[in-house]
Amino acid sequence: MNGRWDAVVIGTGPAGMAAAATLAEGGARTLVVDEQPEVGGQIYRAIERNRGNDALGRILGADYLRGAPLAGRLRASGAEIRLATLVWRIDEDRGVWMRRDGSVERAEARNVVIATGAMERPVPVPGWTLPGVMTIGALQILLKSSGLIPSGRLVLAGSGPLFYLFSRQCVEAGVSELTLLDTADGRHLPGALPLLPKALTGQGWRYLLKGAGLLAGLRRAGVTLYRGVSGITLEGSEHVAGIRFTHRGGTGSLACDTVGLHEGVIPHQQMTRSLGCVHDYEPAQQSFHPRRDAWGLSSRPGIFVAGDAGGIVGAQASAHEGTIAALAILHALGRLSQEERERRFAAEARARRAHLAARPFIDRLYTPRDEVLVPADATMICRCETVAARELRRLAGHGVPGPNQAKAFLRCGMGPCQGRLCGPTVTSIFARETGDTPDATGYYRIRSPLKPVTVGELAGSGKETGSHP
Amino acid sequence: MPGATHDLIVVGGGLIGSAIAWGAGRAGADVALLDEGDVAHRAARGNFGLIWLQGKGVGAPAYMRWSLQAGHLWETFAAALVDETGIDIGWRRPGGLQFCFSDEEMDGRRRVAEQTRTDGGDIAIELWDRADVLDRVPEVGPEVVGASYSPLDSHVSPLYLLRALQEGLQAGGGTYLSGAGVAALRAEAGLFVAETARGPVRGRRIVIAAGLGAADLAPQLGLSIPVRPERGQIVVTERVKPFFAYVGSGVRQTAEGSFLIGSSHEEAGFSEGTDVATAARLCASAVRTFPRLAEVNVVRLWGSLRVMTPDGKPIYEESQTHPGAFAATCHSGVTLCSAHALVLGPAIADGVLPEAVASFRSDRFHVQAH
Amino acid sequence: MFRRIEASAGTAGTLTFEERPVAFRAGDNVAAALLAAGIARFRDSPVDAAPRAPYCMMGVCFECLVEIDGRQNQQACLIPARTGMVIRRQRGARDLADRAP
Repeated sequence: MNGRWDAVVIGTGPAGMAAAATLAEGGARTLVVDEQPEVGGQIYRAIERNRGNDALGRILGADYLRGAPLAGRLRASGAEIRLATLVWRIDEDRGVWMRRDGSVERAEARNVVIATGAMERPVPVPGWTLPGVMTIGALQILLKSSGLIPSGRLVLAGSGPLFYLFSRQCVEAGVSELTLLDTADGRHLPGALPLLPKALTGQGWRYLLKGAGLLAGLRRAGVTLYRGVSGITLEGSEHVAGIRFTHRGGTGSLACDTVGLHEGVIPHQQMTRSLGCVHDYEPAQQSFHPRRDAWGLSSRPGIFVAGDAGGIVGAQASAHEGTIAALAILHALGRLSQEERERRFAAEARARRAHLAARPFIDRLYTPRDEVLVPADATMICRCETVAARELRRLAGHGVPGPNQAKAFLRCGMGPCQGRLCGPTVTSIFARETGDTPDATGYYRIRSPLKPVTVGELAGSGKETGSHP
Repeated sequence: MPGATHDLIVVGGGLIGSAIAWGAGRAGADVALLDEGDVAHRAARGNFGLIWLQGKGVGAPAYMRWSLQAGHLWETFAAALVDETGIDIGWRRPGGLQFCFSDEEMDGRRRVAEQTRTDGGDIAIELWDRADVLDRVPEVGPEVVGASYSPLDSHVSPLYLLRALQEGLQAGGGTYLSGAGVAALRAEAGLFVAETARGPVRGRRIVIAAGLGAADLAPQLGLSIPVRPERGQIVVTERVKPFFAYVGSGVRQTAEGSFLIGSSHEEAGFSEGTDVATAARLCASAVRTFPRLAEVNVVRLWGSLRVMTPDGKPIYEESQTHPGAFAATCHSGVTLCSAHALVLGPAIADGVLPEAVASFRSDRFHVQAH
Repeated sequence: MFRRIEASAGTAGTLTFEERPVAFRAGDNVAAALLAAGIARFRDSPVDAAPRAPYCMMGVCFECLVEIDGRQNQQACLIPARTGMVIRRQRGARDLADRAP
């Protein structure tokens, strides 16, 4: 049913659940949608099914189980929850176009909270399109949603918190043939150390302690770990069969059945880009972030961005950001006094900051290597249209001004993923070739539909538009 | 390059400017092509890619002749461009079909064919009834009553075409400067100077092919290009295996397999946005033509701006106050590309306009002005 | 290539992939069900026919496209597995020819 909502929240991860619950509890008419059939987003994926599963809970750990009370709160809040629902477009007047079960509808929203979270940074290495090569996040999703764990020889290659967390979860789950290739660049350590004292403040020490515990656990378990790995190449014809890498100046190679790659996460910017929100390149996280005020309001009226979609902050700070956006909206709706808004904002902002204490240290320590950001010529950058880095550099050499003209000339970003997996790399390569900043280089202009909708569904949507021009 | 003096400066790196630059460069001129940055109003990016000749210029014989000349030049042009650059621009000439959904529409096509014959147009236009259509295109929907067909209609990838022209220009020794949007033009010591974001560029001759930007630039050299934007939206689908071998007036399948569904005509100022109501209308029409298209995923809605003159026909002129300064604009940058490249570009390199375009001066809009 | 951490949990239903029966469990999406059954090749790239398979499992990469009950180019990682689903590899680009309307 169509309707006019005080707020439409997109995404049911921690930011979306907190935003929607706070809005509905405050009396706002709230719709929250997610493309998955279950609430939780990726971090709390399948939390409602798994909360009573002790075996899985033990593997996934206490931080995962924090999602259960939040999901419970969302369910009790009175927010209308629509799952398995794709948001494929948001009009300038905040008409939110959705698709569920092959039918299309438009909801009018006085406010929109984009809580679409993060995606993993693309890891373009030779062979990354082979079956059997997945992101570490993908492997963890299989564990959370289906209790699946790789069998056979598993190689995890990457760096950052999720790399260690999932490695540890594999050990807990009984993966025996596991090799870790840690790609963190030790040269970042001196730059990171000055950030360490601040990282120990607030809640920061908990994150560091967790990391130290994961590493200790992996050591205890006797997992083979290569440090300072670079130059990863995946080999195989129909399926990944081996991995080659550089380590301590020499080369290594391993036979394997499954490879997990991970070089951190970045904001999922498709929706904010499609709305024309202003984005800024954040060098500390090597990614674009939508520009926001303290409440999470983007450069577009009524469009809020909360959680990792606005910049990587992690699950708990994301929930605080969701609440903060909801407080701003409730106040604008006349449902929350200014005093109450300020009082609750102060507490939420304080708690959010505490969770961010260790973030600069972690970001610095796990800055991805150049070879991830600006891969070698032969590496395929656009998986959908099979465009290699060499072709992008060649265009840049011909004076082609940037990512959008490259998209026009090479089809990179024109495939079904619509540039999600090549956009960050294309910008990086052009910026490097031209000597411009990523901000000056810019990013693909993102067009709707953001998710698949068919010609027939679009044809039928004419009746949904009513008096819309 | 900033510093050097070129034979010809071309202001505008769209299809018109790039075609003129390529053609002038092949004719021996040292050409500098000035383009804007990565985000600009680029009609080529939203272009449907039709080289559509049936019905073009009906009632305007000079325009019809120029368009048909372009149509007949396409084969030579495409071969030369592909040969020089190695870029497959996706040019194919399967012939074009305009589908009709009523007897009135068929009558309209019949009149177009008759008028074209009366005007002496060098183009064959056939009228197919439903049975004729089903013989060749059995996939059409039940509402299609017939079509008009011309073997001269063809299609091309406007994006690869633009790329090939720019790379071909460079391969021949010409200069392509992006990020060189032009702020001002002036004449100085017998030369033309374009003040660009990358510094001044000097040339003995200049052609303004700056699309919508030409309206402000042209008067600086005594030219007049009264153009306004008209928005066209198109719908782009995922790749589909070869399904529709002809070119359709509102639906075509690209060399890669994507369907393009278009195209709207809207007054929307300089907004390049899209709206679902328009996309829905375009899609409904496409499904009427080919019901099977209903299941295909859409990957992009696209809005771009056509460059419209008051009467919809091109403007080509040389400045009377500043000889050697030329202007060129039209909304058929693809169809006319071959003529711009093979006829107009070389002529401008020689400092003249071709006879074929003599009637397209902008002073046709100032009749009885005072 | 994958195994369940709980060997005991029962199956929730069966679908077929290229005629082959595939049992799945409660909560499985189509991609998880196929991976659990050892199916490695989900689609052939429409550009070069190279084998492709799920990469992100969260709806971003569009590598897990399969044909489900006659509907082509469906994102296997977003669609819950259901009994009786007839699934086929997505062979390159969508094919509109010679298929039941």
